[in-house]
Amino acid sequence: MNTDIVDENFEMPKPQPIGQERGSLTRIAQEMVFTVDHKVLGLMYIASGLLFFVVAGVMAVFIRLQLAVPGNTMVPPDVFNRLFTMHGTAMVFLVGMPIIFGFANYLVPLMIGARDMAFPRLNAFGFWVFFFSGILLYFSYLGAPGLYAAGSAPDVGWFAYAPLTGRAFSRGHSTDYWTLSLLLGGIGSMVTSVNIIVTAVCLRCKGMTLGRMPLFVWLFLVVAFLVIIAVPPLSACQIMLILDRYLGARFFDTQAGGSAVLWQHFFWIFGHPEVYILILPGFAIASEVIPVFSRKPIFGYPVMVAASVMIAFISLGVWAHHMFSVGMTSLENTFFAISTLLVAIPTGIKIFNWIGTMYGGKLRFELPMLFCLGFLFQFLIAGLTGVMLAIAPWDWQLTDSYFVVAHFHYVLIGGLLYTIFAGIYYWYPKALGKMPDWKLGLWHFVLFTVGFHITFFPQHIAGFLGMPRRIYTYEAGRGWDLWNLISSIGVIFQVAGILFFVLNLIYSYIWGKDAGDDPWDAWSLEWATSSPPPAYNFETIPEVRSRRPLWDLKHPEDPDWKFE
Amino acid sequence: MSSATATAVPTEWKLPSTRKVAVITLILTESSLFTIFLVAYLFYMGKNLTHPYPNEVLEFPVLATIALLSSSFTIVFSEMALHRGSKLWFHLWWAITILLGGYFLWFTGAEWHHLIYKENLTVATNVFGSTFYSLVGLHASHVIIGLFLLCLILILSLLGKVPKDHTEHIEMISWYWHFVDAIWVVVVTVVYIISIRVPNVT
Repeated sequence: MNTDIVDENFEMPKPQPIGQERGSLTRIAQEMVFTVDHKVLGLMYIASGLLFFVVAGVMAVFIRLQLAVPGNTMVPPDVFNRLFTMHGTAMVFLVGMPIIFGFANYLVPLMIGARDMAFPRLNAFGFWVFFFSGILLYFSYLGAPGLYAAGSAPDVGWFAYAPLTGRAFSRGHSTDYWTLSLLLGGIGSMVTSVNIIVTAVCLRCKGMTLGRMPLFVWLFLVVAFLVIIAVPPLSACQIMLILDRYLGARFFDTQAGGSAVLWQHFFWIFGHPEVYILILPGFAIASEVIPVFSRKPIFGYPVMVAASVMIAFISLGVWAHHMFSVGMTSLENTFFAISTLLVAIPTGIKIFNWIGTMYGGKLRFELPMLFCLGFLFQFLIAGLTGVMLAIAPWDWQLTDSYFVVAHFHYVLIGGLLYTIFAGIYYWYPKALGKMPDWKLGLWHFVLFTVGFHITFFPQHIAGFLGMPRRIYTYEAGRGWDLWNLISSIGVIFQVAGILFFVLNLIYSYIWGKDAGDDPWDAWSLEWATSSPPPAYNFETIPEVRSRRPLWDLKHPEDPDWKFE
Repeated sequence: MSSATATAVPTEWKLPSTRKVAVITLILTESSLFTIFLVAYLFYMGKNLTHPYPNEVLEFPVLATIALLSSSFTIVFSEMALHRGSKLWFHLWWAITILLGGYFLWFTGAEWHHLIYKENLTVATNVFGSTFYSLVGLHASHVIIGLFLLCLILILSLLGKVPKDHTEHIEMISWYWHFVDAIWVVVVTVVYIISIRVPNVT
């Protein structure tokens, strides 16, 4: 047994405070800088992710304001290019990635009955590297003009196709800030993923076999493997780009025999698995929330695990479906179309299993469940448009149009962001000890859902009607006016929804009801400890005999392990 | 909670060492990085617009390859000596490993000096230069890191600061060194065997 590790009289050596009592601002700042606690780092990840979410969200508001009416001159074209570049880069690398790593950091050790991540200091390093990569990216607004005094923030799009990034076309330092920020952020992602893998493999409590591990941990194990395989290609092509820009190398210099298409291949070898790196954590959260609020164990646990591994495996071989229009051979087009269509199989399995979990269950429409239901419907739409775009001839017609924009916003907002909201509401009582307010949360859900569909559904139609993405304005009378106006009106509802979300976070923290250890009557180990959990997580390391250890504890007369 | 659930828990509960899993994942992620540089090299093979071409300037690095590959054996001998408890042989084989690695690094430096000053091949000359220096340079940077770790262990051990229960730390460094060697086998095959036989088509 591990109980002898806990020494009642042992006191953690604390760093010397700067002469301030607990709770003062300097003391909090000092604790944030010095901490290696996975829970504090997890919350810092999520908080800084939400901060960047607000910044990048404001940029999106400006994009929609500019496009609301034809011939608008509010935002000049060069500023518009910077807006969509920074919006995309920030949402992927400074919002999506840190928030999912925040969830992994906070929950993986708790769910497997461990006291911390495997390498706590490496964990803190990963956070700070990510954080400063974000600062570096946004510092470009001040630092990028450089000696040439040309350009400020990056304006090459979030996938930065060559030769736009070459010295000749991107003067000043804006692209350098972009590439260095992504290189740095990539290092942070890789070390954090190594940490997650080692934690999930090596620190499970007694009895927590791989077959009993919560699906959340399984999915993050898969995500971490995807990160360590898919992010190095991004780092590699950033290194090549830096060599091109600073040492005159010829990787992407088309006039000296380099290839612009090679950048596309390398970027999307990273870029497509990245989509699954972002959406699998959404699946992870849904797989925890849906069973608890349906009062049934997850339907088809082994199939869920197999489907996740299958998605990760297939996702490494689908990248060129982003490149159907560059003129590949028929064989390549066919291969990447078929491999992309294959992803629909494990994804469909998952959706059916979540529905199977709810079928015949006693549904409780708490906030996390509401957002998970929204996720199911919206992610289905995203998946269907994804299947459409996987067909190469269809893609030739619609690539780089607003149909694609609508598709991936349905994936990343309708899919990922909804599960992030679900996750925040679900684990808010665990992390802060207070219940989120249901009424404010319902306002958030209704306003944001209405706004989301008003904004992004018409973009499908604008795309069908030929509206290209990334244009800063358009002529009247092309049939796009109405759809763009509707789309921009939806933003008002989304912003209102987000305001209710922020209000709820603050209101519930101050006036919310005390949550207690296990407010949702859930089954995984994080609910076995107090809310918020102590620094050491568990007084005694728990032992596990089934997939639902807390069910066994609450129902000794009918434990799960008798049937597994 | 253990009272209700204690009976069906396996009495033996062993999980893999955190160090080993971490080094394996590190090697996996590094392999992915190398793969992209290798693919870039293979993709640009025979597509140079200007001289020099690989077959004009590259020579198979016989001695350096022998040195690096045999260092994988010497580090194994060193570990075996450590397990036997023979500090002397551990230090000796470990130092030989460092010398072999050092020779390899010196060779790369000399080769680059020759290529830059005699053959006028720089990273900006053509796509061969770009891909060659980035691929071999990435490998050489890993050799430098490996040598740094090897020297660190030797110094600490000579100072008597490596306790007996740290043998796994030393094993991890040898795993990393084996990885650096294995990558060289791939690099040398692609750069010095395949690419000098591929004609330039442009």
